[in-house]
Amino acid sequence: MPVFTPPPLPSDDKRWKIVNGTMRKNGFARHALIETLHTVQSSFGYLDDDAIRFVARSLRVPLSQAYGVVTFYHYFSLKPPGKHTMTICAGTACYIKGADKLAAAAEKHLGISQGQTTKDGGISLMKARCVGACSRAPVVLCDGEVAGEVTAEQMLEQLERWAVE
Amino acid sequence: MTIEELEQIAKSACQENDKYDFEVNVCMDLACMSQGAGHLRDALLKAAEASGKSVLVRRTGCMGPCSSGPLVRVDPEETLYHHVNASHAEAIVTSLGGEPVPELQCDLNEHFDKQVRVVLENAGYIDPEKIDDYIMRDGYKALLTVLTEMTPNGVIHRISESGLRGRGGGGYPTGLKWGTVAKALGDLKYVVCNGDEGDPGAFMDRSVMEGDPHRVIEGMAIAAYAVGASKGYIYVRAEYPVAVSRLTTALRDARRRGLLGNGICNTPFNFDVEIRLGAGAFVCGEETALIASIEGRRGTPKPRPPYPAVSGLFGKPTLINNVETFANIAPIVRNGGKWFANMGSERSKGTKVFALTGKIANTGLVEVPMGIKLREIIEVIGGGVPDGHTFKAVQTGGPSGGCIPAEMLDVGVSYDALVRLGSIMGSGGMIVMDDTSCMVNVARFFVEFCMTESCGKCVPCRAGTAQMFTLLTRFCTGTGTMDDLELLEGLCETIKEASLCGLGMTAPNPVLSTLKYFRNEYIEHIVHKRCPAGVCNMEAPVEVVA
Repeated sequence: MPVFTPPPLPSDDKRWKIVNGTMRKNGFARHALIETLHTVQSSFGYLDDDAIRFVARSLRVPLSQAYGVVTFYHYFSLKPPGKHTMTICAGTACYIKGADKLAAAAEKHLGISQGQTTKDGGISLMKARCVGACSRAPVVLCDGEVAGEVTAEQMLEQLERWAVE
Repeated sequence: MTIEELEQIAKSACQENDKYDFEVNVCMDLACMSQGAGHLRDALLKAAEASGKSVLVRRTGCMGPCSSGPLVRVDPEETLYHHVNASHAEAIVTSLGGEPVPELQCDLNEHFDKQVRVVLENAGYIDPEKIDDYIMRDGYKALLTVLTEMTPNGVIHRISESGLRGRGGGGYPTGLKWGTVAKALGDLKYVVCNGDEGDPGAFMDRSVMEGDPHRVIEGMAIAAYAVGASKGYIYVRAEYPVAVSRLTTALRDARRRGLLGNGICNTPFNFDVEIRLGAGAFVCGEETALIASIEGRRGTPKPRPPYPAVSGLFGKPTLINNVETFANIAPIVRNGGKWFANMGSERSKGTKVFALTGKIANTGLVEVPMGIKLREIIEVIGGGVPDGHTFKAVQTGGPSGGCIPAEMLDVGVSYDALVRLGSIMGSGGMIVMDDTSCMVNVARFFVEFCMTESCGKCVPCRAGTAQMFTLLTRFCTGTGTMDDLELLEGLCETIKEASLCGLGMTAPNPVLSTLKYFRNEYIEHIVHKRCPAGVCNMEAPVEVVA
């Protein structure tokens, strides 16, 4: 059987070495696909076509399968995130405590819908499926930092602060 | 690592702690962290150093009553302080050895008195990143006892005797599951811990993984010995980064101590665990979908049989249990199956951790014996509905569960009782709703969740949830008819009967249970185009001119 040689790194961006490291740690096994995609997303912020192609070739997974996995899981994003990200939790406790009103206020303020990024690439407005801080609902994540019992005013203030940066 | 060595570690950890005159424990679980527990701990450390007193400031996992957070407990007096912030640090440190700070003291006796802590026995008492803290509280004693004194069958017998049932929601008898995997042929077997807590509104698994990670690992290792597995995976949601980092630290420390790896406790038993990250798919809580996800594929379920116990991960016999199930194992081994079976109701043994949230005074984690009345959980432990509102329903089991109305609150909590009420135990989320919640809108919320989370493999679930959503949206916008209601009821039955996996089979539950107990709200929406709770944005009723 011919020995498999993984494809060369797409560029000399150091982050590819981290991605390659995850695959090497798993012996370039096919089942490391999701693990590797996680590494790509945490290194680059999102998954672009080049990255998916590179990972699929390295792990000898059909491109269709790799793309299928990327689009199946909500956690993976195909679009680059904004400079800042406001994530509103859409869990049940947050819904009961009025998270839909927070979402509507943020959408109106930024002029985009949840899942989108402002045109200048400044702020992404995202939706989380329960971050597990339900006892302090409604919860938002400001750049990943959990804030509990948030009011629309507090959230809009934060968005304002980001906008003037 | 031998039992003697383990005892030695526990002893020296105790001596280390005894060097301090006072212990100040700070809850650093997510809820308290979101209220500034991080700054509070820094301030306490600073104040302790400045005071010259001998104080140990310890970071702990969730203490329970999150709505009173940030929480601080001062030992040995066990004084609990609530709503503490960094500015209180000096007062707390100054009070050590004297009278407690009166304005911070809280009276949560009623909240704690009804609780029995098995899974959460260490929560609030140990630093989750210190293995010695866990060992000091009898950690890993059960594992080493099992390895040196018990046969695999003996372990399974003890678990069966305890009557423990799967805490992930299904309630399958754990001993029976272990027995099946143990009997399965094959030299390579896997143990998988399901930490894909996808049910929105439930966070007990997160709290256990973050607050007491070694307990989960110990439970898995005991299970591995019992069923003859040598490799384990913990599947954790990517949305829980703290849990992932705590588990990573715990695994590393357990390996260093020789509690994982080859030849554990000088026996031929080998076992190691790897973490696998979920990627945000609710369906991956279903065991066959979870297996597909660990294998790096889309998380679509497979028809069973074959059950994972026979052909699971990579085609090998696989034991899958929930985080809370594994967290129960060490105490059962230590105290005996009968001890566990003495707690709880006839067919649901032991205790259950619930995440109490929504419109209730004391939100947080509670652990109660099975069989306790829902009313006690909500009115006594939870402190009832605040702000002068009235209780309307409690939702259990998440998107697969149902809404239980006020008149059913005197039912004791057990797997079977909740199913009879049209709900399920689920993983243990309990969301309280008051008169400001519209039950039709709530049903629509859950159906929307199931619709977006349907993996798309089978038609009843993929198309059915979308149709349910369309019908419920009509009701919520005042355009539904009584024919639509009939259609919805028929659709629910079809989806329940014909779906491939648990997600689809239970997706109609929120609709069916609200129809059962709150049918009048549906009728109001349809006939009078009115939302009694004032939640739904109805179109203005069309005036009919005679």
